[in-house]
Amino acid sequence: MSTEQQILPKDAAAAEGKVNVQINGTWYRFPKGTRIADACNSVGVHVPCFCYHPKLSVAGSCRMCLVEQGMPPRLAPGATPTYNEDGYQTIQWMPRAIVACANTVAENMGIRTDGTVCTEARRAVLEFLLTNHPLDCPICDQAGECKLQEYTADYGQLTHRFTESKIKKGKNLSIGPRVNLDQERCVLCRRCVRFMKEIVGEEVLGVVGRGGHNAIACYPGKTLDSNYSMNVVDICPVGAMTSKDFRFKMRVWFLKSTPTIDVNCGTGTNINIWTREQQVYRITPRQNDEVNSCWMPDSHRLNYGYVNAPERLLTPLIRTDEQAEQRPAAWEPLLRAVAEQLRRCKSSELAIIASARLTNEELYLTKHLADLLNVKSLDIVPRRGESDGMLISADRNPNTTGARLILGKDGSTLPDIVRGIKIGKIRSLIVLGEDVTAEVGIPADQLRKLHYMLVVAHSENPTTQAADAVLPGVTFAEKYGTMINVTGRIQRLNRAIDPLGKSRADWDILRALLQECGDVPLKAARATSPMEILEEMAEQFEPLSGITWANIGNSGRQIMETGITIPLIEREHAKRA
Amino acid sequence: MSYIPIKRPKFSLLDRIYVVELAKGLVITLRHLVLSLLGRSRSKKDFNGAGIGACMPFPEQRWDSRLPSYYRGAPTLVRGEDGRERCVSCQLCEFICPARAIRVVPGSVAPNSPTPKQEKAPAEFEIDMLRCIYCGMCQEVCPEQAIFLSKEYLITPTDRKQALRHKEELYQLGGIKKGLINKWNQYK
Repeated sequence: MSTEQQILPKDAAAAEGKVNVQINGTWYRFPKGTRIADACNSVGVHVPCFCYHPKLSVAGSCRMCLVEQGMPPRLAPGATPTYNEDGYQTIQWMPRAIVACANTVAENMGIRTDGTVCTEARRAVLEFLLTNHPLDCPICDQAGECKLQEYTADYGQLTHRFTESKIKKGKNLSIGPRVNLDQERCVLCRRCVRFMKEIVGEEVLGVVGRGGHNAIACYPGKTLDSNYSMNVVDICPVGAMTSKDFRFKMRVWFLKSTPTIDVNCGTGTNINIWTREQQVYRITPRQNDEVNSCWMPDSHRLNYGYVNAPERLLTPLIRTDEQAEQRPAAWEPLLRAVAEQLRRCKSSELAIIASARLTNEELYLTKHLADLLNVKSLDIVPRRGESDGMLISADRNPNTTGARLILGKDGSTLPDIVRGIKIGKIRSLIVLGEDVTAEVGIPADQLRKLHYMLVVAHSENPTTQAADAVLPGVTFAEKYGTMINVTGRIQRLNRAIDPLGKSRADWDILRALLQECGDVPLKAARATSPMEILEEMAEQFEPLSGITWANIGNSGRQIMETGITIPLIEREHAKRA
Repeated sequence: MSYIPIKRPKFSLLDRIYVVELAKGLVITLRHLVLSLLGRSRSKKDFNGAGIGACMPFPEQRWDSRLPSYYRGAPTLVRGEDGRERCVSCQLCEFICPARAIRVVPGSVAPNSPTPKQEKAPAEFEIDMLRCIYCGMCQEVCPEQAIFLSKEYLITPTDRKQALRHKEELYQLGGIKKGLINKWNQYK
């Protein structure tokens, strides 16, 4: 049936810039230059890898990803290739396996990952890797997410043929303020070495010793103290690099991971929060090639302690008398009392200090609360820092872009509110999720002099102590919502744990306040979830049109151009181009 | 066919008025009464008791010495011959426990411990004896031979707090297990 008129698969693929590859008997098309390991993984054929990481250079040192490979036979001079009835040439298999990470696909290539050649090769590689392994899984933090454990289950043997005594190396070595090294567990994939050299740009780690005494170590006089050092813990396929913060806290199989985003800066790093019951145990980065690649800074990763801190406000508080102590109150009567007080305030004397740490939905409700109370003095607290040239944005608020879009504010009128409080023009204040004493610089005694102050906050601070009513909100780990990062990408915040104690999600509090303060002809005031509020917002804000909770997805959606870029992602794009 | 017909026995008149069976039962009762009065009842021989009454007078008399070797009582933690806490708080028992009776808070071993290579030991180990179903999964799953089911069956807490066994109590109940585990010494 092969005629000159019919297009051969190789030509059809070449027209798309692709090549035909047969993987375990099935033909696929991949772009030219795809690594065999990536090609196999993309079609669901698993290739075990220790050393290969898509974001790092190729080392090809672990030899775990061996696959059987074949190409069409080399033609004799003058001979023309023959094609079978499907239009492919016959594959001549190579007698030895090759590494899948350091080789790229080619036209008419055949890959076999399930034959005896490659499974036997992998079995032998694994046996060598385990000769000096300490087998201390019961005390290893990596147990449960360890590649060596997984591949041993797949390719390992139950008996240990290596009867000589194992080589002793350093265990539990502190190589940096946040990372521990166990040289015995190491499989010498050198991912950590390459990460520090290529991504961070500091040559801190290297391989020392020879043969079986090979080990990872810091160069003399250096420590692994970069703010990105804990990423080596994530990329380490075994338990050689472990986190000091997470050390012996909990076995990973008890933890539930929730995909969400980081709220420490405007980048909105994609993360997983790992929780058990109502406790947050750790945060790890989640891959998003448009936001944070596979990495996140240590400072943001470790900033989760406040979620389960004793300072958390677990019950609503009210101060009934000028000099009295705050005392716990029930939600419904307190909300009614607060609404009563707010309605009585003169709108020219009332100000709202909102936060760019609130989600879009909460900012939307805040805007309508301000409209309802006819408040003109409304702004957010700006947080400016310096970009670190990697992932940390100069804007330390996670949702400044959202605040600019929804409230039309970016913190520039905040000094007016502060002055108004100082000179007594503003006599009542609503603070949403901010500590205005330390970060805005309003002294606590000025706050105490205010006629009425309502604070929504998740933790106790000097501002809540000065308040007449405190409504306990929640941290980022306890609520749903969306935020827009500095590049104009809308991303989802997912709830990892339930609100602690009697606290309620901030959007829930604001909705209840809206309902109590007056009759609002607004769907959002009756919404049962932030997803419904988002639906209403999508109709009102042009950049959000067509956006729903579902189509944002776990990786977010670019909804506007702000002109701001993330340096690390720019570098990665440049490298790829 | 979805049912199986059972052939019922046919009772004679004698069976139906059951006077004979009644008399047989009375004889057994009377034999126990007479033997008890004479101080020669079954409990004398079988339970090493006073010979009064046919039953074992629990708790003064126990069946303990006759418990089979595989008897599954309360789980306990053991120390090695070297006095080392065998548990490394790997939390496999907590994971496997079908009744979720076990709660482990992992911790580190003291830096001056004789086996620093062990690195990890439980900071707290709790077994809720109201939840424990004595299945023995914890003993089976333990990679360190640290948790064993004892033959203790008399667990009578008077409140929930008492039923919660803490680490110290569990080690006390478990005692020392013979046999060295060299996994964590400096040569291994």
